[in-house]
Amino acid sequence: MKFFKNKTLRFWLISLILPLALLGAWKGADLLGMLKPYTMPKPESVIDTAVELAAAGKLHVHVLSSILLVLKGFLLALAAGLILGVLIGLSKRIEAFFELTVQIFKPIPPIAWIPLAILWLGIEDKSKLYIIFLGALFPILLNVISGIKNIDRKYFELAKVYEVPGMKLIFRVVLPGALPEIMTGIRVGLGNAWVCVVAAEMIASVTGVGYLLTYGRSLSRPDMVILAMLLIGIIGKVMDDGLKFVSKMLTKWNNGEEALVR
Amino acid sequence: MSDKVIIKNLNKSFPGNNGQLRVLSDINLSIQEGQIVSVIGGSGCGKSTLLRILAGLDTDYQGEVLFDGKPVTKPTREKGIIFQDHRLLPWLTAEENIRFSLPGDVPDKNALIQHYLDLVGLAGFEKTYPKQLSGGMAQRVAVARALANKPKILLLDEPFGALDAITKISMQDELLSIWDKEPITMVLVTHDIDEAIYLGHRVVVMTPRPGRIKGIYDVELNIPKSRTGLDFIKIKEVVFQEFFGASGSPFIYNI
Ligand SMILES: Nc1ncnc2c1ncn2[C@@H]1O[C@H](COP(=O)(O)OP(=O)(O)OP(=O)(O)O)[C@@H](O)[C@H]1O
Ligand SMILES: [Mg+2]
Repeated sequence: MKFFKNKTLRFWLISLILPLALLGAWKGADLLGMLKPYTMPKPESVIDTAVELAAAGKLHVHVLSSILLVLKGFLLALAAGLILGVLIGLSKRIEAFFELTVQIFKPIPPIAWIPLAILWLGIEDKSKLYIIFLGALFPILLNVISGIKNIDRKYFELAKVYEVPGMKLIFRVVLPGALPEIMTGIRVGLGNAWVCVVAAEMIASVTGVGYLLTYGRSLSRPDMVILAMLLIGIIGKVMDDGLKFVSKMLTKWNNGEEALVR
Repeated sequence: MSDKVIIKNLNKSFPGNNGQLRVLSDINLSIQEGQIVSVIGGSGCGKSTLLRILAGLDTDYQGEVLFDGKPVTKPTREKGIIFQDHRLLPWLTAEENIRFSLPGDVPDKNALIQHYLDLVGLAGFEKTYPKQLSGGMAQRVAVARALANKPKILLLDEPFGALDAITKISMQDELLSIWDKEPITMVLVTHDIDEAIYLGHRVVVMTPRPGRIKGIYDVELNIPKSRTGLDFIKIKEVVFQEFFGASGSPFIYNI
């Protein structure tokens, strides 16, 4: 146990080296007078900007509005991806029906939908939701389908022997059996959704971290741009960590380390 | 006693590379209610195929297979099957695996599940996941799961094949003691001659390519059954001769 703890600690310490080195190089360049404030600010001014925005009560508004939008679009995509994925995964006919359409729509980047989305749904949240939804949908959908297809057929045979009804089959065999892949899809989907919200906000918005970024650009304030970029990165990482944890909890039965008899 | 299972002129082929591959040829067998029938034969002689047909998992055959006088058309809870692999759902605990198999309208499921887990000696392992169980324990959960559904017939496909000799012997005795309490009709597929004789009231010997029944032997062992008594040895020799011919049995007497 002690050994394990040390290993995690060591991992964390090692993973801190590169970010700290980058920060050091940044500061070093500043001390050597290599930075011009209008192209590259010094590290402190990014922090100052963050403090300033936070004090004005604006920082959390931007962050929350982006996160909320992402969650909405992501949850819609999750519901659609699960329902559609289960149907396609279980029925050859339904699969045939959707196959070609999905194949053609899949390679279109969600951002390519922005012009149409704005025309159809306006520049408010609806169009952004649509982009986020598309960004999250495909990874989730495709992973649900392949997760279901990779479930060992012998479990379906078992369900037949015990005359397990449809809904029970879905909740006890299909979804848990596909869960590891579904969780991968969900993580990629949420990541995509986050990328999409930033892209959508950069094009038309009055709040959000994407807006903060374009706003910084229009004011020629690279400190604000960098702050927005860091926020995007950090929030994305934290959300993924959350999902990683959820995934670990849900697939406890599959954890090798705990495979000890009581 | 009445015939629980009647198999008449059963033929089964699989589509192969060059035409149909005949797997079962002219199988005729009746199984009486409450009887344990062992089916023994070499690898690939169609034992699993026969069992799957009995279970209703494979209905593409010629001939007649009757269960309780009616043709077998699909799997049902009445026909319990224990696969060679334990086939527990890895994401459900021992207890949940049994619950999964039960119909919705069973009263007092918890007590029922507990009863059968106790029966197979797994009290205390209710909340354990299959990965955390040993092979023998997992196979016992599979036995409990099959029994909890109160099958009228239990089909066992080399259920103890992957177990070590000692676990295997204790599982065999457990199965017999379960049968003593509740004499369910059983068909036990095995490639272990000792197991076939020890557990079966009748031993069906099969030969491969195509799989057919070479002989059926009644086993009349005293109760409690013995693995080393003279009766056991005698029957064993007969079965051996069936496989290896009358000349020189490879069997060494050690009594
Ligand atoms: N789904 C299938 N498709 C084609 N051929 C099959 C199929 N299942 C079984 N066979 C063939 O049928 C024959 C009998 O197979 P079966 O699994 O019934 O043998 P078995 O007696 O149970 O052997 P073992 O003791 O090795 O389990 C084999 O030759 C096998 O190749
Ligand atoms: Mg077999």
